[in-house]
Amino acid sequence: MADYNENSKREKLRQVQEADFLALDLQLYLNTHPNCIRALEQYTNAVKKAKEIRNEYEKEYGPLTAGASSSQTPWQWIKNPWTWDKERS
Amino acid sequence: MWVYEKKLQFPVRIKNPDPKMARIIMSQYGGPDGELGASLRYLSQRFSMPDEVSKATLNDIGTEELAHLEMIGTIVYQLTRNLSEEDIKASGFDAYFVDHNTGIYPASAAGVPFTAAYIQSKGDVIADLTEDLAAEQKARATYDNILRLADDPDVIEPIKFLREREVVHFQRFGEAKLTNSNRFPINIKGAEDFASAPKFHYIILVVDY
Repeated sequence: MADYNENSKREKLRQVQEADFLALDLQLYLNTHPNCIRALEQYTNAVKKAKEIRNEYEKEYGPLTAGASSSQTPWQWIKNPWTWDKERS
Repeated sequence: MWVYEKKLQFPVRIKNPDPKMARIIMSQYGGPDGELGASLRYLSQRFSMPDEVSKATLNDIGTEELAHLEMIGTIVYQLTRNLSEEDIKASGFDAYFVDHNTGIYPASAAGVPFTAAYIQSKGDVIADLTEDLAAEQKARATYDNILRLADDPDVIEPIKFLREREVVHFQRFGEAKLTNSNRFPINIKGAEDFASAPKFHYIILVVDY
């Protein structure tokens, strides 16, 4: 059960990473092609998708930014694992 | 300013420690063509950029390099978990261990501490972007060398990702430089001799890996 949960958490994080990566790569492209309509469309969709996946992740597994920690005590942001911990990524 | 996100840009999950490999990969943390130098170089150069394309490109690529620095630190950290004294001696990690234990310290594979002498910030868009093109290729070549020496897929995957980003950044810097090709200092005061010489034409190599 614990393993199952770890795996689905990791899979969800992977989805966040993929969605954010697509948005970032398009952002860099748009910086040097500011008039490209097609890239802008793809970027708009990518950002929307990344937000959705991020919300799903944070609801289930905890905050990715301090501000998403909600009002729970104890303060959720400090909780292990951190990014460099093996259990994280 | 920056906002920290509690996630890596690309997953790093290394099962088997390998202190020898850690020592090699450390060079991309604090070595001559590493991610710390890359982020400092771009985030410093951006202040004197004359145009929007270069400002944005240096700002955003400099930011991504910080995420790469974190990935390299994570790789080195995970490669040095649960080491025995025997592992440390046999792998040659002892020279690092004596000064830093398994702490993450910005130095090259040969143990030279990080120095700002690895970077330049010239206040000149053509000089700076030309340096950045070379920097991306030097980092790419270092990742090629790491891939020659690595045999663990857990290490190879994130290193391949980082290598690919160098290629993409090279492309974006080339485009930013092309945007500024009218700024080649041919008509600058005191360089009139150059102005009468045949005009240079900028050729940007678009490399498709």
